[in-house]
Amino acid sequence: MKQEDKKGTIQDINGPIVTIKLPGVQNGEQVRIGSLGLYGEVISLEGEEALAQIYESTEMVRPGEPAEGLGHPLSVELGPGLIGGIFDGVQRPLEEMFLKAGDQIPRGLSPLPLDREKLWHFVPTENLEPNMPIIGGARLGVVQETETVEHRIIVPPNIEGELIELAPEGDYNLEETIGQVRDRHGKVHHLKLYHRWPVRKPRPYQSRDNGVEPLITGQRILDTFFPLLKGSKCAVPGPFGAGKTVVQHQVARWANADIVIYVGCGERGNELVDVLDSFPKLKDPYTGRPLMDRTLLIANTSNMPVVAREASIYVGITIAEYYRDQGYDVVMLADSTSRWAEALREVSGRLGQMPVEEGYPAYLASRLAAFYERAGRVETMDCGKGSVTLIGAVSPPGGDFSEPVTSHTKEIIQTFWALSKELADARHYPAIDWVDSFSADVGTAAEWWHENIDRGWEKRRAQALGMLARDAELSRIVNLVGPEALSSAQRWVLEGAALIKEGVLQQSALDPVDTFSSPEKQFMLLNLILSVYDEGATLIELGIPVQELAEMPVLARLRRCKELYDSSQIDQLKTFRDEALNDFKEIHSEYAQRGEQTA
Amino acid sequence: MSAKEYRTASAARGGLLTVANVPNIAFGDRVHIRDKQGNTRNGQVIRSSNEEVLVQVFEGTAELDLESTWVRFLDEPVEIALSPEILGRVFSGLGEPRDFRPPIVSNLRRSISAAAFNPAARTYPKEFIQTGISTIDGLNSLVRGQKLPIFSASGLPHNRLAAQIVRQAKLPDDDSRFSVVFAAMGVSYADARFFQEEFASSGVLGNVVMFVNMADDPPVERLTLPRMALTAAEYLAFDLDRHVLVVMTDMTHYAEALREVATAKGDVPARKGYPGYLYSDLAEIYERSGRIKDRHGSITLVPVLSMPSDDITHPIPDLTGYITEGQIVLSRELHNQGIYPPVHISPSLSRLMKDGIGKDFTREDHPHVSNQLYALYARALETRNLASIIGADELSARDRRYLEFADAFEGRFVQQGEDEDRSIEETLNLAWDLLSSFPPQALTRVNETEIAKYHRQSG
Ligand SMILES: Nc1ncnc2c1ncn2[C@@H]1O[C@H](COP(=O)(O)OP(=O)(O)OP(=O)(O)O)[C@@H](O)[C@H]1O
Ligand SMILES: [Mg+2]
Repeated sequence: MKQEDKKGTIQDINGPIVTIKLPGVQNGEQVRIGSLGLYGEVISLEGEEALAQIYESTEMVRPGEPAEGLGHPLSVELGPGLIGGIFDGVQRPLEEMFLKAGDQIPRGLSPLPLDREKLWHFVPTENLEPNMPIIGGARLGVVQETETVEHRIIVPPNIEGELIELAPEGDYNLEETIGQVRDRHGKVHHLKLYHRWPVRKPRPYQSRDNGVEPLITGQRILDTFFPLLKGSKCAVPGPFGAGKTVVQHQVARWANADIVIYVGCGERGNELVDVLDSFPKLKDPYTGRPLMDRTLLIANTSNMPVVAREASIYVGITIAEYYRDQGYDVVMLADSTSRWAEALREVSGRLGQMPVEEGYPAYLASRLAAFYERAGRVETMDCGKGSVTLIGAVSPPGGDFSEPVTSHTKEIIQTFWALSKELADARHYPAIDWVDSFSADVGTAAEWWHENIDRGWEKRRAQALGMLARDAELSRIVNLVGPEALSSAQRWVLEGAALIKEGVLQQSALDPVDTFSSPEKQFMLLNLILSVYDEGATLIELGIPVQELAEMPVLARLRRCKELYDSSQIDQLKTFRDEALNDFKEIHSEYAQRGEQTA
Repeated sequence: MSAKEYRTASAARGGLLTVANVPNIAFGDRVHIRDKQGNTRNGQVIRSSNEEVLVQVFEGTAELDLESTWVRFLDEPVEIALSPEILGRVFSGLGEPRDFRPPIVSNLRRSISAAAFNPAARTYPKEFIQTGISTIDGLNSLVRGQKLPIFSASGLPHNRLAAQIVRQAKLPDDDSRFSVVFAAMGVSYADARFFQEEFASSGVLGNVVMFVNMADDPPVERLTLPRMALTAAEYLAFDLDRHVLVVMTDMTHYAEALREVATAKGDVPARKGYPGYLYSDLAEIYERSGRIKDRHGSITLVPVLSMPSDDITHPIPDLTGYITEGQIVLSRELHNQGIYPPVHISPSLSRLMKDGIGKDFTREDHPHVSNQLYALYARALETRNLASIIGADELSARDRRYLEFADAFEGRFVQQGEDEDRSIEETLNLAWDLLSSFPPQALTRVNETEIAKYHRQSG
């Protein structure tokens, strides 16, 4: 079907859902409608009529205005220039729109996502020569995208054949041909530094691999208690204000990933500004480079048209897969997947589809599963390794985890960081509930910790969780009959659990030292607190009153260690540990002496 | 502009009127409906095809008959006329004067459904606003450009608190121009009068624009009212460089009006009969607050809403909390104890506080002091709970200290006079008075330097 055939007219406007008469248009095809040329996509066909969802407000659009099909589905541009940018839900470059069109987002405007003029220094892959067979995903060369990210220029996954030309090292803009491939039908493809890919179609890979190492986020409760593997799927549910966005920002800041894609999906404009303002000033703890050098933002804020919100997470995940295909470990954060699900609900409601639960359409669960399925660690087409780790915030109405989006998501993911209102109200941050949260990958993570940090990791982790569980039990007793009912040993458990909560679990995102904790420091703190607890427990067995231990000045300092010593001060922490344990030894010997005197 | 008039109304149901055979009518178009008596009603196109146009009638369709109804399509979106003259005026939800004065005459008219701000155009709100209220300034600070709602319930003094904020809000050492936009939806005459008198007696009336929809006015006008108000606020802030404080009350009435219309339209309900798009709809309103690059003004938004049956998980407060940058929650329990303002700090939160306080903004100890008070009060409430079970006499000396702290905190820090305007210094010093009832080693959220400087026992 030729382009000019696909001209038609608008029949009916029902908010973002518009009926157009457009013979020959395909399902999923992009359309432009009305005199403003608003963008949208066809979501169903019936005879000559097509239903389209429009990414922009349809205010003042009329029946009878023109509509045209663009001949391709919603696609993204993939190439150098993505990193450091901020795009809207359909990949329009927001910085550029701001410069061109002012404070508000105008309709019908669609600048190209990637800069066409900028020159990139291309270095072709060595040993790659004309007449060689080449496959999709093969690396043609590299350009330095930012100081941290080497952008690997790959053959689009759907092209393979014989390489007939490869450009020499030099500066090229995005539209210049840097290679030519003849496919088996004899068609010659001109390859550029970028290519396009439809967002609703997962990019191919060779095979799936198991996750092998944890994503280190620098957050103690996450890394030490509920680890997430690179290439895994994770949900962060919680009521409003519990800290989902802070958790996601913290992961975006401190995770040991190569590329971070942050999708603000139906959330606040200011939260994206926060990232835009703070990331260029913060340093990646692994490379020392500004964090923005590895970060990309997709923004569909809550006040933007809801249809583009539905598209935004696909735009994000497609870009994530593209960097995965270059052999990178990518983390994609989606805040919030509930808003995406609501966009689905909105469209399905307008289409008159039968709602099944809380107004959601029957396909909610399968769409969610298909989306999360795009995460994973893979062997790429050119036999490298890459991963996409997917972390989705979930915003359950009323904080009720039994609602459809949370419950369906829970069945799909491997790691669950559940935020609790009670903890947040008490300003216990991050308000991650250690009872409701889980990680299916503790075993794999343990191998990594044992090999790289300490053999005692899994034991200490289990001990701490055990104490927290006992703490909950004992607290229930106290609340029934008062603290007098507890033995000294039991009261020491309460003290120990309080130390774990304050000294390990609580971690302020706002404190310049505490905001990031290296794995070494994480284990040091945990080990230190548990050693102190163990020492105390021995003393209590010897009959030393729990009061005496609880009032030791060293405990107050123990609670503050996390912000007194940064991740490079492991030696100082060790010194402190020796001092602390020494205090206990002194009590021990004092007590022994006293015991001898009275004896 | 050519306006078209038709007499082809084919159905009337709730607030909706269907008009047949009207070609090329724009979605969102403004509509005038003239009834048999010659009275004009207002409406807006909410669905349009050549065969049939669906009009939402703001005054409702009661007493309309299909034969003698004239429908006129104005070929323009719902707009508001803007000029500096709007200051000191009172308008309806449709932008018509309510103060017996002539309408605003101006070439500048803007559609009330503005396009979204580009996130790249925003600047992060950072300037601390002193409200003179300790629970807000000390623990849930408001900054310029923030949206911070008050979650209240029937019978609680949210109006008095909102009025006190309007009266006292200021930036330390700043005398730049400020204005107030007041948006009242479904309020009683008494409440409307209360605010009017408040503004008059504090001498700000000339700087206030009021949009008022009374409890007995058409509910559907409540849907346009906040958009009118915010369009006016944007004009004041970004055209006239003013710092605008927008107070909206009561957003619950707004959401109820939305539900009414949605039900009439047959929209699929999500929770408690509210349409699934309530979140997006509220966000369209709330996200219009903020600061914009290279603009001098700002819009700070303080919506007031009442939680039906005091339930914070009800869709209206719930979705609001998911959109706004925190919330100030009022408590019936504190109110019944005679504490004003009855701010329940545990569920209250200001998300933008972190960048607007501390050294260079308020005082270096502010972030830690706030944290410490929160932690102690949370523990104190647990202790109070325990005391109610086992009796206060059974508590240890340590626990009794927490109990005393809870009382002192509520009685001295939370409680303050309606005219009491505490500076942030006063608020923080008061906080240290309370913290000093604990030995330094019990205070783990403040650091050692701060203890040395401010703790009464160390000083
Ligand atoms: N680790 C942390 N350290 C310090 N403060 C925190 C931390 N986590 C959360 N907070 C506080 O909690 C507030 C709310 O967190 P956040 O904005 O992440 O909530 P949310 O769950 O994303 O809410 P919503 O669903 O409404 O977006 C933050 O503004 C911050 O003040
Ligand atoms: Mg959030």
